[in-house]
Amino acid sequence: MSEPTKIKLTPAGLPGRRTGVSVEKPKDSIRVIFRLWKYLSRQKTLLLVILLLLLVNTGATLTGSYLLRPIINKYIIPHNLPGLVRMIFLLSGVYITGSAAFIWQNRLMILVAQKTVGIIRADLFSKLQTLPVKFFDSNSHGDLMSRFTNDIDNVGDSLNTSVLQLFTSTITLVGIFVLMLYISPLLTLVTLFVVPLMLWVAGQIIKKSKNFFKTQQAALGTMNGYVEEMITGQKVVKVFGYEESATAQFELLNNDLRDKATQAQLYSGAMMPVIQNLNTINFALTATLGGLLAISRGLDLGGLAAFLQYSRQFGRPVNEISSQYNSIQSALAGAERIFQIMDELPEPADSAGAVALTHVKGDVRFDSVTFGYDAGKAVLKNISLHAEAGQKIAFVGSTGAGKTTIMNLLPRFYDIQSGTISIDGIDIEKIQRSSLRQSLAIVLQDTHLFTATVMENIRYGLLEATDDDVIAAAVLSGADSFIKRLPNGYQTVLENDGGNLSQGQRQLLNIARATVARPSILILDEATSSIDTRTEQIIQRGIDQLMAGRTSFVIAHRLSTVRNADEIIVLEHGAIIERGNHSALLEQKGRYYELYTGQFD
Amino acid sequence: MGTRLLLCNPFFKMRKYLIFFGKYRRAVLLAPALVIIDVFCEIVQPEMMSKIVDNGVMNKNLSYILQTGGIMVGLSLIAIVANVGNIYYSSHASVGFAAELRKAMFIKIQEFSFSNLDRFTSSSLVTRLTNDVNIVQEVIMMSLRLLIRAPLMLLFAVIIAIRINSSLATIIAVAIPVLSVCIYMILRRGLPFFEQVQKRLDKVNAVIQENLVNVRVVKSFVREDFEKKKFGRSNDELREMAVKASSMVVLIMPVMQLVMNISIVAIVWFGGNKIISGEFQVGQLMSFVTYITQILMSLMMLSMVIMTFSRAEASSERILEVLDAKIDVVDSPEAAEQDLTVRQGKVVFENVFFKYFPDSTEYVLKDISFAVSPGEIVAVIGATGSAKSTLVELIPRLYDVTRGRILVDDVDVRDYTLQHLRAGISLVLQQNDLFSGTIRENLKWGNMRATDEEIVAAAKDAQAHDFIMSFPLQYETVLGQSGVNISGGQKQRLCIARAILRKPAILIMDDSTSAVDMSTEAKIRSSFSQHLRQTTIIIIAQRISSIQSAKKIILLDNGAIIGTGTHDELIAGNAVYKEIYYSQELKDAPAA
Repeated sequence: MSEPTKIKLTPAGLPGRRTGVSVEKPKDSIRVIFRLWKYLSRQKTLLLVILLLLLVNTGATLTGSYLLRPIINKYIIPHNLPGLVRMIFLLSGVYITGSAAFIWQNRLMILVAQKTVGIIRADLFSKLQTLPVKFFDSNSHGDLMSRFTNDIDNVGDSLNTSVLQLFTSTITLVGIFVLMLYISPLLTLVTLFVVPLMLWVAGQIIKKSKNFFKTQQAALGTMNGYVEEMITGQKVVKVFGYEESATAQFELLNNDLRDKATQAQLYSGAMMPVIQNLNTINFALTATLGGLLAISRGLDLGGLAAFLQYSRQFGRPVNEISSQYNSIQSALAGAERIFQIMDELPEPADSAGAVALTHVKGDVRFDSVTFGYDAGKAVLKNISLHAEAGQKIAFVGSTGAGKTTIMNLLPRFYDIQSGTISIDGIDIEKIQRSSLRQSLAIVLQDTHLFTATVMENIRYGLLEATDDDVIAAAVLSGADSFIKRLPNGYQTVLENDGGNLSQGQRQLLNIARATVARPSILILDEATSSIDTRTEQIIQRGIDQLMAGRTSFVIAHRLSTVRNADEIIVLEHGAIIERGNHSALLEQKGRYYELYTGQFD
Repeated sequence: MGTRLLLCNPFFKMRKYLIFFGKYRRAVLLAPALVIIDVFCEIVQPEMMSKIVDNGVMNKNLSYILQTGGIMVGLSLIAIVANVGNIYYSSHASVGFAAELRKAMFIKIQEFSFSNLDRFTSSSLVTRLTNDVNIVQEVIMMSLRLLIRAPLMLLFAVIIAIRINSSLATIIAVAIPVLSVCIYMILRRGLPFFEQVQKRLDKVNAVIQENLVNVRVVKSFVREDFEKKKFGRSNDELREMAVKASSMVVLIMPVMQLVMNISIVAIVWFGGNKIISGEFQVGQLMSFVTYITQILMSLMMLSMVIMTFSRAEASSERILEVLDAKIDVVDSPEAAEQDLTVRQGKVVFENVFFKYFPDSTEYVLKDISFAVSPGEIVAVIGATGSAKSTLVELIPRLYDVTRGRILVDDVDVRDYTLQHLRAGISLVLQQNDLFSGTIRENLKWGNMRATDEEIVAAAKDAQAHDFIMSFPLQYETVLGQSGVNISGGQKQRLCIARAILRKPAILIMDDSTSAVDMSTEAKIRSSFSQHLRQTTIIIIAQRISSIQSAKKIILLDNGAIIGTGTHDELIAGNAVYKEIYYSQELKDAPAA
């Protein structure tokens, strides 16, 4: 099978990729961070403001707790009421400033994050527009979509909150530690004993849970893949009475997933609570030792109060750092995948001195063209043909003979390896790509429409077309009558790829779209194959109108549609085996005759 | 979702899920019990700390401090054990629950009839079974911890605070409602924005999806810049709304911090005053500050849990939709008793009417009657939308008739068990699927016990043997994602081989050679006439040439039979048939 249009077997997309917690790591964090920074740095000033606000906020929280010390020592214990009033105002001031800074820090960060994500999304989309068709043929759409959805979401979420929290938590930890040391170096020893224990436990849990997550992901992927395949093929399952076998196999996978997921959940779930508990031990030890120190070493009560506040606050940043670290990792991995696409090679630029076509006559020549999708595996071998302006050339042959491939070459969706293709005597590689493509229109077998009105969908062929032009094209191609019967006529909005239209109607819109484009050269690839023959006749009239006076290339499964071609080319295994007009080919009693009569001797 | 979720009770549907905990009942009960122990051990810590200060430090009582400290450390060790136990049981319960739920859904889907399947798209069923179940699992895990822990913490903390000093506890009485109202208002304003975000995100994704599918259209019309502009517009709209929505929600933490800190200020002020007047102690002040922090934090947690719940509500609804779906094609009790099998392959339609939905006004099939004798070949032809596929899908009861009846071997199809009925009938669907696995495994779907010779024979009859042998691994060639890609025509021939392998009494082919070229199709026909003489064959086709030789051709138009007979009879007497024939053949008629 050599054609690029792959027949998809049931499992679509990548099972398991989209679900569950990702444990992937970026391959090169530094480079990804650097590239992300290039996006972020467009808003350097805002980021600086955010950093300042963050310092104010964290500082206020730390100061607030510290103020307990003088309040207790200097005012409450000595019964100094006016002093207490002053301190209360000071404390309120500190807290309110802190919260104000907190609010603005968050809001500004949202602005920065969303703007950055918006730019990345737009860049990625623009990049896609420059990529060659080959890229889309060889990458699954599900995978590409997940870069736009999951990966960009991950980056956005991280920028929204994780990054700020990581900063806040780190600064808080350092701040608490310094203030603890300042209040009582001896009491800090308790913390110094418990914190490494916490970190060690956290590290152990993370290490374990990472492994378990990996096995869980694998099990989840297998199960999701199986579910996807069975459910997509559910009708076949029913027809073959395969339900019980399917359920049995599913149960195996499901139980396997259950066992693995339990372990993964156990470890990942244990992290936060255990750190919290360790922090409680820290608090208990601090309180005890603090009490002892207050008696024996004269630690002031205010100091002890502040210290205990701090030690109580200690668990949260530790927890947060470890959980944010994970989400930042997966965001970086997502960003890396986004950047991978941005690094794909675009369609090569037009060659120097490429010309724009004007007044195309439509004289098309293939001269000893050889081509393969993969180097070394020729799909088309030494194809030569000549379509004079206004002629109709048809390609027939069995599936996989290379018919569609020829049609991929003319608009330069793929570039040929040897030989030349020329239009009006100019090698297409020396024509500006946009000009080349504008001179031809393609009507494909799989009709795809855009979410927009019928009018806009047809106008896609020529953006400058007036409403009257569009209607005229629809009339010409035979689409007008059914469009008028739609609920809102030409203003009916098509959704889900025109899901509410029949195949034939969508095909007519496709033809109308090509009609309005007024191309010099027309390519029809199995344009009517999935339509019944009566409907086809209606469409055929539209197509005939469209082809009049234009050079056209037609691929058809149904030979009735190609009978009146000026030349019919029979392809087999990438080579031309017969050529001529209908009656000449029938007389030859060769492959065409076989195909046509459906008979064998 | 949205504002509604805050007003309604998000937990009310839990009852429906209880059965899935069945096996894990012990874990479900133990998990919360352990939370209670954990909370108790945690919550008394600040109070004991205050005693260390007030009784120990103030009285310079070293042994009291050590003793109390010892108890505190002991309690926190117990808390760790309880906590780990809770995690252990709640992960078992939630993961086990999810596995049971998934299994129930999978089994249910296996029971689905075609009309059930039509109503849910397959991609939505997959999402329900994977993503939605995962989301519910997360919520259960969270509930088993936080949903009990947070309110308990709050309750205990309030009780202790009141015990320490009831008049200072007034501050708590003010702070809790203030914070609750703030969070409520923020969410109420913010959440509708999130729905908007989702809508705009869908729009952005739709543009991307269309561009992926339509890449050839975009490129051939040179519309790259046009698409970029279009995308840019939706992207900007999305960004604006995302900023709006997030800006609301990120207020929660600062507001919570502010309420908490102001309460602390109030405690310091009123508590300080009380200490000065001698009715309060320093240690108590310290513990009070800790309790109010604890209380507001728990409140915060609770609101987060509720938000998670509301996020899961949509998933839960989608799951229940599957579980509650009514299955319309089931075995009748008599069928199981009679235990009939299909042997000869006689098919009779008696005044059959059918519509997909009971409430639709028009029938899809109208008054269909015809009979097919064992071993006969019958063709069904008609324009797209004339309900040909529906007609044949009624025979193996993929749908049930609305009126009238269908007899196979003179027995109403509803009097067979589904398993036996379908075992006697092979249907090659128009939209057919192969599965990942080797070619051999795929063919064996037709008959698990088929021998190698039988497999090769079936493949030969379907004209698939030659191309299978051209693959390096032949019958062991792996199909699917990791394997080779085959062409549409090859796929159809494999599907036919799979169906013949079943050795059915009735073989139905629904336009299953559309991608096979005419010459190959003719070969398939001729091997059928040699090797499947006993089999009743019903063929749906587009091309008259495919069915011209059939003994009986049934012409459907708009759900009704408008002609029956041989090709010659129809060509002579049926205008519509003649029209179809002309459209295909006569226009370029060779000597047929």
